[in-house]
Amino acid sequence: MSCWETVQAYGLRSLGIGERLLPRNDFTLCEQFTLIGSGMIWNVYFGLFALVSGFMLATALAVAKANPNPWLRKPAEWFIFIFRGSPLFIQFFFGYFLFLSLKSVHPFFDAFTSAWLGALVVLFFNTSAYSAEIFYGALHSIPKGDTEAADAYGMSGWPRFKRVIWPTMLRLAWPAYTNEAIFLFHATTLVFFTGFPALQQRGDALYYASYFADKTFNPFVPYPILAMYFIMLTLVIIGVFGLINRRLNKHLPQNQIRKIRLRPNLIR
Amino acid sequence: MGHFVIFACTDPQTLSGLSWLTCYLTTGKHLAFYGAFGTVLLLLAVTAPAAMAFGFGGAMAARSRILPLSWLGRGYIAIVRGVPDIAFFLFFVIALDQGIEYLRHKIKCPDWDEPLRQGSDFIVCQAAKMPLGNSPQWIHEAYGFSLAVLTFAIVFGAFSANVLYGAMRAVPHAQLETAEAYGMSPRQTFWRVLVPQMWVYALPGLGNLWMVLIKATPLLFLLGVEDIVYWARELGGAKTPRFTDFPHPDWRMWYFLALLVFYLCFTRVSEIVLDRIMRRLTRGQATAGGEAQRKALT
Repeated sequence: MSCWETVQAYGLRSLGIGERLLPRNDFTLCEQFTLIGSGMIWNVYFGLFALVSGFMLATALAVAKANPNPWLRKPAEWFIFIFRGSPLFIQFFFGYFLFLSLKSVHPFFDAFTSAWLGALVVLFFNTSAYSAEIFYGALHSIPKGDTEAADAYGMSGWPRFKRVIWPTMLRLAWPAYTNEAIFLFHATTLVFFTGFPALQQRGDALYYASYFADKTFNPFVPYPILAMYFIMLTLVIIGVFGLINRRLNKHLPQNQIRKIRLRPNLIR
Repeated sequence: MGHFVIFACTDPQTLSGLSWLTCYLTTGKHLAFYGAFGTVLLLLAVTAPAAMAFGFGGAMAARSRILPLSWLGRGYIAIVRGVPDIAFFLFFVIALDQGIEYLRHKIKCPDWDEPLRQGSDFIVCQAAKMPLGNSPQWIHEAYGFSLAVLTFAIVFGAFSANVLYGAMRAVPHAQLETAEAYGMSPRQTFWRVLVPQMWVYALPGLGNLWMVLIKATPLLFLLGVEDIVYWARELGGAKTPRFTDFPHPDWRMWYFLALLVFYLCFTRVSEIVLDRIMRRLTRGQATAGGEAQRKALT
């Protein structure tokens, strides 16, 4: 099989399109590149959807945690503590078995036991908690002058939040939030190593990489391929978030814009 | 009472309620489960200093004036940033295993002429197998655990190298210049001036790393160690009366809930302790934290 034929056969294998059987022996480099790349579709899917949906919940949680009213503050604090204080690995396991138990109660939960929804829900809650903590920190460091200026203009309530507090919060939080996004994408590799089944071997990039490593008993090819894909993904994220960072800081002089620095501080 | 419980546990069918639960939670497998928590603590106790040593070495190498060594240190720090950590865990466990067997093979069987990689197999001579095929079970387990510890140490060494490297650069440069002016050699400057002062700057990062390390311990499961995740899956699964004295439906959810609570308590306690240490260390320091403490006192 030529390499192009391999790409046609396995390029969308992780979605169940194309050749049904995975290669079993005489693995070529092309097959490894194609299948691991095909698995990346899942990593991007999980990361992207969790990030976008988590962003909104995170904003709400951060505002709730900064609220003086204990009925709002306490639940937000507990939510953030539970999801930041325990390993994501255990959260996946717990989530999967929880959905499995709920499935026998009501058929509504059927879809939650498969990875595309169940794992996404867990990741959504998890990234919300981590981002909420970042946003909460940013809310606290909003310069007093900004809010005072808003007060002086007679803004209050929603317009004050939307026009002054929220943009400033995002601006301050953005470098840390970029790191959160990167590590969220890395965390997506855990999904198929916890309870969530990879139906008909439709897995993510790490799933295929470990498949090759197990079959060939040679970790020196598939894992570096995986690493290459993830480094590329990381660079794309940094690029996109950098563009947004510039847009957020458009009004500032060029040399005052805070550069996004990569900090390796999260395994979940 | 103790005798009574032991006696009663021999016939679980007759039990109900609390006494059933007491008997159930003290079966041999459950004791192994509790022992696995010890494994997690042991892993933490061994890995933390090992990772610090790796990190210190890495940070020293990155600062080195010998260019290749500096590249090596920087590369070590940089590589873990872009790639998911579990990929490293999965990679290093096999790579280390094969590396060790390869070295032993070269030493013990120098006149072996077949290639090591035959298709999908990695074949070394019998004497180079790690552990040896005829060694007892506990050696296999200990070997697996040591591989896991080494893997953790390499990955977390890179994290802590990054923290320590940053801390070394945070020490005010005037301090080093003063040391030089006193005629200290670079080596003396490093050990007598830089290292004692860097810890204050390193501690917040190292505390953060400790929390990360705690949360990484369930990954032991992926490295093939019989840890708490393994036992929770094993014990929680539905059991029929045919195979066990204590039949129950699928309880894995509750077992993982227990693990969740365990980790939450563990991180909370660590948070409190780290907070205390930090407060103790900032006392009297010329930093913003120390200044705040002084103001709070007066």
